[in-house]
Amino acid sequence: MDKHQLVIIGGGSAGIACALGASENGLTNILVVERDFEYGGILQQCIHNGFGLHTFNEELSGPAYAEKYFNLIKDNASIKFMFDSTVIKIEENNILTIQSTQGLIKVQADAVVMASGCRERPAGAIGIKGDRLQGVYSAGSAQKYCNKQGILVGKNVFILGSGDIGLIMARRMTLEGAKVIGVAEIMPYSNGLARNIKQCLEDFDIPLYLSHTVESVHGNGKLESITLIEVDDKLQKIEGSEQEIKCDLLLLSVGLIPENNLLEELGVKLDPRTKGAIVDDTYMSSIKGIFACGNALHVHDLVDYVSEESRKCGKAAANYVLGKINESESINNVLGNGVSYMVPQSFHKNNNIDFMFRVKKVFKECSIHVYGNGFDKKIKKLGIVPSEMQKVSLTADELKDLNGELNWEVIE
Amino acid sequence: MNLVCINCPRGCKLVVENINGEIKVTGNFCPRGEKYAISELTNPLRTLTTTLPIKSELYKRLPVISSAPLPKAKVIDAVKALKDVEATAPIKMGDIVVKDILGLGIDIVASKSIDK
Repeated sequence: MDKHQLVIIGGGSAGIACALGASENGLTNILVVERDFEYGGILQQCIHNGFGLHTFNEELSGPAYAEKYFNLIKDNASIKFMFDSTVIKIEENNILTIQSTQGLIKVQADAVVMASGCRERPAGAIGIKGDRLQGVYSAGSAQKYCNKQGILVGKNVFILGSGDIGLIMARRMTLEGAKVIGVAEIMPYSNGLARNIKQCLEDFDIPLYLSHTVESVHGNGKLESITLIEVDDKLQKIEGSEQEIKCDLLLLSVGLIPENNLLEELGVKLDPRTKGAIVDDTYMSSIKGIFACGNALHVHDLVDYVSEESRKCGKAAANYVLGKINESESINNVLGNGVSYMVPQSFHKNNNIDFMFRVKKVFKECSIHVYGNGFDKKIKKLGIVPSEMQKVSLTADELKDLNGELNWEVIE
Repeated sequence: MNLVCINCPRGCKLVVENINGEIKVTGNFCPRGEKYAISELTNPLRTLTTTLPIKSELYKRLPVISSAPLPKAKVIDAVKALKDVEATAPIKMGDIVVKDILGLGIDIVASKSIDK
């Protein structure tokens, strides 16, 4: 059985950056297992630009960002990629079963990083009435067909959900000659980036129906139309507001869920809010030697943040493998008013820490109040929304007098 | 007038005022916001990204990007002008696939390297 210091599951943006970080901190035997035939993961189908402003100080397409980042490790002899391969099981002592081009193989690792990204929430998860029809796709699947295969999966398109992939696909399909009839969003505000509302919808006069959802789909084998319905402020459907819209394609852009079956089977504790592992500030999960980063840990807005976090995770995993770990007891974050989740869930106070979190609703002028026994800080914000990840960085020096847990709340 | 800056995912909310013929921009985090607002009012520009078929052993499509933003009104025309273009591997990221599209002085370049 081959042995490695570190096995990284997934060779996308998270896996590449994690491998870089681990190598930077001294590991010499790193294996990245990737299910596709090339590195880059979902970046390879995100051909639009806007990636890399923080990392490379320029605006790149997804494939270009992946290539530029991969170039940082391309000639690094410490990092090996295994393509066309999927980890199907993690057992105790970090023994991994991999379905590879050589058949089923087992490898053993000193540490494992889950960098497998996330999946799109499927049609079945949101309860649209009607038959299972041809012509209902997740936005990411349609993106893959369009950008990698050159196949346009519909001509008259309706999009449910204003997530960024849906907005990007509205523009993409318009440029490819399809008619995008509209985008419905159940919330009274958009879940996508403001820039995407502007350049993907408004530029092409595509209407955005806020407080609307798709009630049902109709057709005989193939999608022929949908029923759009308005919802009230409690997200309850308003009877009588139904309208039928003819279309041959319904794209769903209704959220992403971290992919963590392997960790669940292993018994790693998951956060019910992020759907990713519960980690400390070294990105280590509840099981020693098992780490997580990127969209497998929590869904990010920007690939730049995925890279930044994953590089830190790689460094921390290397420290663990080399025996340089912080044995002090970790401190828990306690979430109060308005905070929906926080990563890391716990931390060691002798480190500088970036706390990444999301809020539950739209807040106008407000403060993030961070407090505990021996610590009190208010951070003013001009306006925050659930679709934008928030970051608060605290230094070891600031945190040195903290005694006990750290509380977080939004004050209006 | 209110605009959302599209330069980066930050999406700054810009307020644009015309004070005695001079355009004043506030709400921008970086200088690109001001540049964007002025351009948006005078000559709006958009970067074009799309894919082209490629003769390659491994890939069917090559992602491409415009070397600079195009006038917004020319984006659809540019896509139409690319309709019959096919790339050939090997190609390097940044290689020009179509030079001077629509005579705008802007090239369409590969945004991925494909070796074979």
